[in-house]
Amino acid sequence: MENLISRIAMCVERGKINKNSPYPKDMLGEDGVEELVQQALAMGIPAGKILEEGLMRGMSVIGKKFSKNEVFVPDVLMSARAMNIAMPYLKSAFETGETKHKGVFIIGTVQGDLHDIGKNLVRMMMEGVGWKVIDLGVDTPPEKFLQAVKENPGAVVGMSALLTTTMINMGRAVKVLKDENPNIIIVVGGAPLTQDFCDKIGADKYCPDPQACIEYLDEKLNLSRN
Amino acid sequence: MDKIYSRIKKGEILVGDGAWGTLLIQAGLQPGECPELWSITKPEKIREIAAKYKDAGADIVSTNTFGGNRIKLKMYGLEDKAKEINRVSSYLSRSAVGDETHVLASIGPCGKLVMMGEVSMDELYESFKEQAMALEEGGADACIIETMSDLEEAKCALRAVQENTELEVVLSFTFSKSADGHNYFTMMGVTPSQVISEFGGMDVKIIGANCSLGAEDICGVISEYYQSEKNISYLVYPNAGQPHYTEEGIKYPETPEVFKTYVPKYIEHGARIIGGCCGTTYEHIRAIRKVVDSL
Repeated sequence: MENLISRIAMCVERGKINKNSPYPKDMLGEDGVEELVQQALAMGIPAGKILEEGLMRGMSVIGKKFSKNEVFVPDVLMSARAMNIAMPYLKSAFETGETKHKGVFIIGTVQGDLHDIGKNLVRMMMEGVGWKVIDLGVDTPPEKFLQAVKENPGAVVGMSALLTTTMINMGRAVKVLKDENPNIIIVVGGAPLTQDFCDKIGADKYCPDPQACIEYLDEKLNLSRN
Repeated sequence: MDKIYSRIKKGEILVGDGAWGTLLIQAGLQPGECPELWSITKPEKIREIAAKYKDAGADIVSTNTFGGNRIKLKMYGLEDKAKEINRVSSYLSRSAVGDETHVLASIGPCGKLVMMGEVSMDELYESFKEQAMALEEGGADACIIETMSDLEEAKCALRAVQENTELEVVLSFTFSKSADGHNYFTMMGVTPSQVISEFGGMDVKIIGANCSLGAEDICGVISEYYQSEKNISYLVYPNAGQPHYTEEGIKYPETPEVFKTYVPKYIEHGARIIGGCCGTTYEHIRAIRKVVDSL
């Protein structure tokens, strides 16, 4: 049983979707996440265990490797695909409360900015380690962030900007959110950003990659519980 | 006028231009506005940028078409203007710089991930083909497939240009530095030496590195290129460093003075076309020109 769950984690890490998937080449014809998850369920392993110790563990490994530049965007995307293929089989884990979301993470690219590759990567990684993610898309006005926070009290907000022109808009969105919700946690990311910029606009943390965001929130939220 | 590559082969070091986006922002481009549309709505501004780069000493001037492919323009609902935007932008640069300066038309990435199926290879090819043909029609003599991260997308763009136009082609990737500071790679994990092994044999004579890195860090990329293959000519267009936030707005730290100190080093590592990317202005190009002329 442990062996099967480890294999699921490994398949997520390697991005092995199912038996027919041509990627990665050295696993051609082998069972992938889709088959292994069904086998695990057939053996009576609880969905929550498969999810947490298989899929999420695999995503967590790939996230750490990505932050160390040991793997790159395509690898993370394949892992996310491998994870997603198994989710329909396992959604009961969330429905029964067997597995709880880490929290709600609202994400969007700021107003005026249409770039979504980075934002989507963060979304996939956050979902992959157990956050419920609400994706507001690109060109997100401050009011839209505000509305989403109203609908999801206690949610964490992530903002992305790729342009020097739109990073200024990030400052406006942060101000609007913090004025109404002084305790809200806002994390920011994007190529032109720095921690210095993050401090100046009053956001909580600049994250150079998805893993930094995951680790920051893990630590921050555990601390706040103590 | 000789082709860019034949000038390089004769021993010339050519000076490129600097940023366009940075200058458009200075001229009032608003967040959320499509920069390429300015070629239609504010042609005099676009012509002025091209002319001023030429005056600053550029041998090669670009076009306002970085995001001019149909897939990217679609995000602004402007996909049906793709042909017009590219043709007009190319014409504006050509008419601003005359026939003795190269117009190296910009072809940037589509902004979507090919491997996630967000766009099909056919769609991508057609989009680059349409852009390249319109740029040629407008008067460009060369194009730069630039700021690339993905080998498949770059190959597709290269094929679209080579199969449908006579444009001389430069292929340029954008790299980041690894966390340990020892390696360079694109967002998709492609290293400089991989770029050379993929494209070295594909009739691409000029390969470049642009954007993302500043003047110092981009030396590592050029040096890795050059160590992989000495028979290719290299183009280097660094950013003016990492932008930072000040009371007066966003500033780039690397001045023309900083830039010019790196020019001899680039040349030593095989660079034959030197210009700038984000944050660089006419003054950076003037400084590069001075150094090149003094060699």
